[in-house]
Amino acid sequence: MDFITLIDKSVLIVIIFAVSLVTAMYSTYGERKIAAFFQDRLGPTNAGPWGLLQPLADGGKLFMKEEIIPDQANKALFILGPSIAMLTACMTSAVIPWGKDLYFFDHNIVLQVADVNIGLLYVFGVVSLGVYGALIGGWASNNKFSLMGAIRAASQNISYELAMGLSIISIIMLTGSLSLRDIVEQQAGFNWNIWYQPLAFLIFFVCALAETNRAPFDLPECETELVGGYHTEYSSMKLGFYLFAEYINMFISAAVISALFFGGYNFPFMNSIGLSSNAIALLGVGFFFIKILFFIFLFMWVRWTIPRFRYDQLMKLGWEILIPLSIVNIIITGLVILIKEGSLF
Amino acid sequence: MLSISQGLFYFLSFISVLFALMVILAKNPVHSVIYLIVTFFCISGHYFMLNAQFLGIVNIIVYAGAIMVLFLFVIMFLNLNHETEPKTPILAKIAGAICGGMLLLLVVAIFNDTQLIYAQNPNNQIGLIKNLGLVLFKDYLFPFEIVSILFLAAMVGAVLLAKKDDKTKQSDII
Repeated sequence: MDFITLIDKSVLIVIIFAVSLVTAMYSTYGERKIAAFFQDRLGPTNAGPWGLLQPLADGGKLFMKEEIIPDQANKALFILGPSIAMLTACMTSAVIPWGKDLYFFDHNIVLQVADVNIGLLYVFGVVSLGVYGALIGGWASNNKFSLMGAIRAASQNISYELAMGLSIISIIMLTGSLSLRDIVEQQAGFNWNIWYQPLAFLIFFVCALAETNRAPFDLPECETELVGGYHTEYSSMKLGFYLFAEYINMFISAAVISALFFGGYNFPFMNSIGLSSNAIALLGVGFFFIKILFFIFLFMWVRWTIPRFRYDQLMKLGWEILIPLSIVNIIITGLVILIKEGSLF
Repeated sequence: MLSISQGLFYFLSFISVLFALMVILAKNPVHSVIYLIVTFFCISGHYFMLNAQFLGIVNIIVYAGAIMVLFLFVIMFLNLNHETEPKTPILAKIAGAICGGMLLLLVVAIFNDTQLIYAQNPNNQIGLIKNLGLVLFKDYLFPFEIVSILFLAAMVGAVLLAKKDDKTKQSDII
């Protein structure tokens, strides 16, 4: 790796961090406005024009709050919990391809931090680690409500990881690669995976809701039963980290969904409108973000429309409906591939 | 002079041995589990250095991500404290010390007869997911399927055990 690539990658990492943090920040504003719209209210209006400075005000408030660590809590693990939540939330963006390559002055800029050939598995690896934030924080709080929330978070995440992984296998069978870049490249133009795998998309989307602890799967922080779930004892910026990590996770899962099923940075007629490759790459980044914002909106739409599940319903949905459905999907996909190749009989 | 990969190898090995020791030396079982997770990460690092990316990432997903969560889960339910810790009789302590000492003797004897070599992959493409899949599903298909059946049997057995408990309870009520 030469020096210029190193600079490229460093700048890209900084930009991706900044963009994901800002998007997550304004997702909180979007969530308030959308919730207000769904409930026929106005939402935040006072901080800045149309309440646009509200996220900054919220952040400032969280920083100023008193920092409380419970007396009986395990201090090291109490601090480790939100740190892990934030770390794992920020790690996934490394393998997401944000756009086609840019060419400037005979120099090629790749809009992806790391194109590893196990990109998709890397995403799953980080997702499977994400549960430690809630689990460790909830246990270290030394509070029964926190512990209940932590246990719920762990069992929910493990259950839905299975269906999530199985739903992706049909996509891997279609593309024959685990690299996210390859998967996106194969969906050039309007040849998106959603047309071939609508069921896999539905399963993946439901699992993404469950993995990000969003309603209707927000039982780990179910306030009517568990006060605040695993973050009951948290205050100040540690609470802020937990809440913020959820919004970053939402941004990242929206990006993964768009990349896997909705063509990522591809858009219809991209090869026939006759623009230069740089313009198409930049337009592609724009389209990718439009898709991501749409999915963030969809996450919020679901949250303010569907009531929370009961715990047994959640487990039933995961184990008895989603997992068998995704296995059926794998079998059908395999059969169709074999018939197309003509090697079934 | 060490090359970068050799330096990384020794660094990773040092960290993995250190954290493996911390697992057994830590007083708090939850800390032990967290040290064990770090150890798994180091082992995955070794896999990555041998270009066995699939093995490395699966090690993280399965061991660090799933099995250790279940470990933590169980330990959190057990509520292990110093007060509830059972007292070990002096005889058991002596027996433990003797067994440990003999194991140490064995390890020292083994190390005495081996030469230390720097671990190297004979073929650094073999660990890539494509090659691994071809090997598993072509050359070793039969053992692979046998292992799957073994896993399936274990899963069915676990479900059966859990169900059985439920049934007896119901019949007790009736």
